[in-house]
Amino acid sequence: MDRPLTHHIQPDKQPLSLKKYEKQGGYQAVQKALRDFDPVDLQNHVKEAGLKGRGGAGFNTGLKWSFVPMGDDAPRPKYLVANADEMEPGTFKDRLLMESNPHLFLEGIILSAYAIGAEKSYIFLRWAYHLSKKNLEKAIAGAYENNYLGENIQGSGFNLDLHIHISAGRYICGEETALLNALEGKRANPRAKPPFPQTSGLWGKPTIVQNVETLANVPGIVNNGINWYKDISNSEEDGGTKLYGVSGKVKNPGLWELPMGTTSREIIEEHAGGMQDGLKLNGWLPGGASTDFMVEEHLDVPMDYGSVMEIGSRLGTGTMIVLDDQTCPVGMIENLEHFFAQESCGWCTPCRDGLPWTEKILHAIEHGEGKMEDLDQLARHSKWLGPGKTYCALAPGAVEPLQSGLKYFREDFERHINEQRCPWS
Amino acid sequence: MLSPEEKHEIDEELKHLPYKESAAIDALKIVQNHRGWVTDEALDDVGEYLDMSPDALDSIATFYNLIFRKPVGEHVIRICDSVSCYLTGYENLRDAITKKLGIKLGGTTEDNKFTFLPIQCLGTCDHAPAMMIDDELYRDLTPEKLDEIFAQYK
Ligand SMILES: Cc1cc2nc3c(=O)[nH]c(=O)nc-3n(C[C@H](O)[C@H](O)[C@H](O)COP(=O)(O)O)c2cc1C
Ligand code: SF4
Repeated sequence: MDRPLTHHIQPDKQPLSLKKYEKQGGYQAVQKALRDFDPVDLQNHVKEAGLKGRGGAGFNTGLKWSFVPMGDDAPRPKYLVANADEMEPGTFKDRLLMESNPHLFLEGIILSAYAIGAEKSYIFLRWAYHLSKKNLEKAIAGAYENNYLGENIQGSGFNLDLHIHISAGRYICGEETALLNALEGKRANPRAKPPFPQTSGLWGKPTIVQNVETLANVPGIVNNGINWYKDISNSEEDGGTKLYGVSGKVKNPGLWELPMGTTSREIIEEHAGGMQDGLKLNGWLPGGASTDFMVEEHLDVPMDYGSVMEIGSRLGTGTMIVLDDQTCPVGMIENLEHFFAQESCGWCTPCRDGLPWTEKILHAIEHGEGKMEDLDQLARHSKWLGPGKTYCALAPGAVEPLQSGLKYFREDFERHINEQRCPWS
Repeated sequence: MLSPEEKHEIDEELKHLPYKESAAIDALKIVQNHRGWVTDEALDDVGEYLDMSPDALDSIATFYNLIFRKPVGEHVIRICDSVSCYLTGYENLRDAITKKLGIKLGGTTEDNKFTFLPIQCLGTCDHAPAMMIDDELYRDLTPEKLDEIFAQYK
């Protein structure tokens, strides 16, 4: 099985030196693209391969690039920003790539910057990732020394500068327009769209923001082509492999690179080893805190963007959070809404006021003080904070586990209210 | 007044940025690094250097959870309270730390050695529950492991 994202990763997780990475075929994709591809050809190539954004939204990457103004009269500088904020609860995939395979990530940045004609790029890195920072700094220094970054890269005439920005915290910084404000040194409130960053982003210039894992997919596509990329996937529509993760009370929590479209059953039962002894699977969030619960009947759904959407959830980041039968679902949802209420940036009223309200109601139910009407109130909030009602996607994401929790764990909510206590405590 | 080191570090950041104000967050982090937290005086100092009002800087400082506008202890303990750590028992860990140090979340020990804060998901969920002390990450934690960890900060 091909594992383009992780095959360079050694058992001890130490990153390869630049020389060793080159020996294993590293930076061949940069050489090839600069030699054989026009930037717009590269955009089309990645579009056709079917690479979709791994940061959660699943938008076609090459298509996004095609909105960037190209040609001599395009505004300059253009920017390529790597979103390495990874603060979605339950998500731990970009960390592995940056700590253990930094050159692949850099190669992805260089290729993507070339495709949109960007001359400046930033890695927006969360503070907590100290080892990522250390390993990236070393890799970047090596890339400059070997002229994969800097001026006239490999004699092609293409220039690229790369700088790491360390975030000062807050989940909202991962939202791409909030991230741009943070990079500009401002409060990280999201911006109105349109204009989209592709035409007016960082300091008003054309900008592409891309997730770490997305960028790490690009070298493989360049090296091996569109058909290969489609072939290594199990999905009808989406290409490539995916870093799937599992956390919670399973036997073997972890992260695995598997064909896109692998089922939850295979991921949870085979790779994560199933539930810990004495526990049963009660449900799972398929891709981070802001995705709708999936339950037993969904075990055989292929984990790709379209299939998970069809059953009313989202693939999100592909890192699953597993709920066992001895943990209270209401308590888990209260924990999630506490996070979202705290992380609301406060810009728009439904989110700023609505999320703390849901947290309060959930807290009351969990502590034996709930009323049946509370469930209607929670259901109403799920609608009021849904897509299109708020300034950015934080609030709609926040209510995904809530609305699906109300659907799949209704009886558990009702038992809390009828018994005026948490049946699990 | 900014110290020469603080100025130098801010200048390094400015090299990568087209406008002075763009360095606001970096500059706040830099003075915090040197002074422990961002005092009112620090806002004045940074403001003067970046041509910004202290109020504008304060609105930025108070937005970000890693910038302190109040003093903290010598070491900052950050325990993850997000969902994967919730599922794997962060509450027991939190209570054990509270018992050990005599402070609740948000508190600082009397000897000013530790401040105890919650933090969002640390991105190490397959090794939950987790916490950080300053820049050091601790994972796969149980209350039993705490004595050994805290012994390093004596
Ligand atoms: C509240 C919020 C937080 C987000 N956090 C992240 C993040 O930490 N990392 C990330 O790559 N995308 C995050 N996103 C998605 C980004 O807005 C954006 O869609 C993504 O970086 C685009 O890259 P991709 O197309 O490669 O996925 C977040 C979105 C929202 C609404
Ligand atoms: S939805 Fe929430 S996070 Fe997004 S802009 Fe509104 S208040 Fe801010």
